[in-house]
Amino acid sequence: MPSLSRDDVEHVAHLARLGLTADEIGRLQDQLNHIVEQYAKLAELDTDAIAPTAQTIELENILRDDEPRPSLPASAVLDNAPETRDGRLVVPAIIGGD
Amino acid sequence: MSGDLTRLTAHAMAVGLRAGDFTAEELATAHLDAIEAEDRALGAWLAVDRTEVLVQAHAADATLDLARRVGPAMSATLHPLHGVPVALKDLVSVRGGRCTAGSRILAGYTSPYDAHITERLRAVGAVILGKTNMDEFAMGSSTEHSAYGPTSNPWDLDRVPGGSSGGSAAAVAAYHAPVAIGTDTGGSVRQPASLCGIVGMKPTYGRVSRYGVVAFASSLDQVGPLARDARDAAALLHAVAGRDDRDSTSAPIPVPDGLLSLPDSDDEAAAGIRGLRLGLPREYFVAGMEPGTEARIREAVTLLEAAGATVEEVSLPHTDYGIAAYYIVASAEASANLARYDGIRFGLARRGGDVLEDYLATRGEGFGPEAKRRIMLGTYALSAGYYDAFYGKAQKVRTLIKADFDAVWAAGVDAIVAPTSPSVAWRLGAKLDDPVAMYLTDVCTLPVNMAGLPGASIPAGLSDGLPVGLQLIGRPWSELELLRLARGFEGITAGAPWRGVEPPGLAALRSASSPRPADRAAALGAGDR
Repeated sequence: MPSLSRDDVEHVAHLARLGLTADEIGRLQDQLNHIVEQYAKLAELDTDAIAPTAQTIELENILRDDEPRPSLPASAVLDNAPETRDGRLVVPAIIGGD
Repeated sequence: MSGDLTRLTAHAMAVGLRAGDFTAEELATAHLDAIEAEDRALGAWLAVDRTEVLVQAHAADATLDLARRVGPAMSATLHPLHGVPVALKDLVSVRGGRCTAGSRILAGYTSPYDAHITERLRAVGAVILGKTNMDEFAMGSSTEHSAYGPTSNPWDLDRVPGGSSGGSAAAVAAYHAPVAIGTDTGGSVRQPASLCGIVGMKPTYGRVSRYGVVAFASSLDQVGPLARDARDAAALLHAVAGRDDRDSTSAPIPVPDGLLSLPDSDDEAAAGIRGLRLGLPREYFVAGMEPGTEARIREAVTLLEAAGATVEEVSLPHTDYGIAAYYIVASAEASANLARYDGIRFGLARRGGDVLEDYLATRGEGFGPEAKRRIMLGTYALSAGYYDAFYGKAQKVRTLIKADFDAVWAAGVDAIVAPTSPSVAWRLGAKLDDPVAMYLTDVCTLPVNMAGLPGASIPAGLSDGLPVGLQLIGRPWSELELLRLARGFEGITAGAPWRGVEPPGLAALRSASSPRPADRAAALGAGDR
């Protein structure tokens, strides 16, 4: 089983968009490695011929008619947003320039 | 008589409401007063709005008044939960109310709509009493991972109530609500029910709509009832179960009305056990199981045999692989679900200078230690180079775990009986700094989620004065059969001395000098990591 270096932990935190303190990274490195060691047990099983299960109940695709239906009023949704302007969410700039 | 009303079961409340012995308002007030007087020391509740509760109770009373004037035909159309208080775990949306999922990241959030199950509870006339404490995003087995502090176990206020639905379980055990909604992703209804000495059920995956319920692991999450007896759990399940177009995994399978007519009589209930074939999985008696817990489960088996069931040992050979497979699948799904907390549309928002720094600041501050661990585990398991070794492998092992159960059903076994938890409730803080030890407590419950099956935990006696839960596991969609079996076990143990034992912590709840759960945890040395 692979083990996580401090760099690995920082990389995964970046992928997960989690801001962690130096202390947290150190603690998580120990804890994650301890947990991932437990995963090694799964390697005991030969699963080459086993199909994966993502969903346990035998349901076919469920379709509905594509008909317009009322949705929540925009105001009810925007009330939870940290910043709005003219009935829209304000998001941080993702492209440079003014 | 308001002091006594909280001690009634929901089905007794239904009788009293119809007879006019008391009103829904009196019932609601009795519970509100108990919460107000006692929750400081219990910590089960995150939000209770007295005004809103009384509005609902008055509406229920108006319908009851009308029914009494119109006559028995109208009374008969009222659901057994009409006018009955119900607690909701604080991840169920109630329009205009808070919904924190136990997380700081949702501290200021207001639900803009009702969850499907909230709509259903309103439709049957239930009175929504408030929101209960939980592990953050339902990740945990002790309710200590709540951003709002721990909850005590009514049986010993120095101990955990289990989790993640620990607030719901403690509230029901402490007579703050007759019934409560929880959610169960790896044992989060059954295990706290076991540790608090009450009934809890995780229905078949797809039985109850998850629309409006904060997501943890979407292929495992299921909503379930907690109650002080099998009939009340069945009535709450009946109220919330069934197909909902807004959750495409909710199944178009009829909900049996038999859930509302479990036998009143203990003898009749006990007679239902005769002829059942029950399986006892040898792998569920794990190394490290407490002797007192094992003894109560073995005694329960003896009682079931004496009542006419056949109990045979069965094997679920992949049980040992369940924890590893579960923590990969559940964490992977959690990391995807929790990506939505971005500080832009709702929830906590922290600014860091640019969009990436905004995310890092918001999520770094908003999530607690366990949520961070799971997000990290899940992101790692899904990341390039590790997907096949972790997530792909775990999904294949999930197939093997499900096949273990399928083989038992194919052999003609009606239901599996097993321990719910390998131990009784532990002290606050005892496992808080050892995630692996905490995860191991779910060894007997999480295979049931992996296989999508219904499972219940019912009280089976005490060990060192603390409750032991007996787990009942059934075929898909067999909730009614499991609850009949649960009711049968109530029938054969109706005269057992432990049935009359009150949770010993209840007296201390009423004392104004009783410490808060957080102070108890601190005195026991429970530290944050």
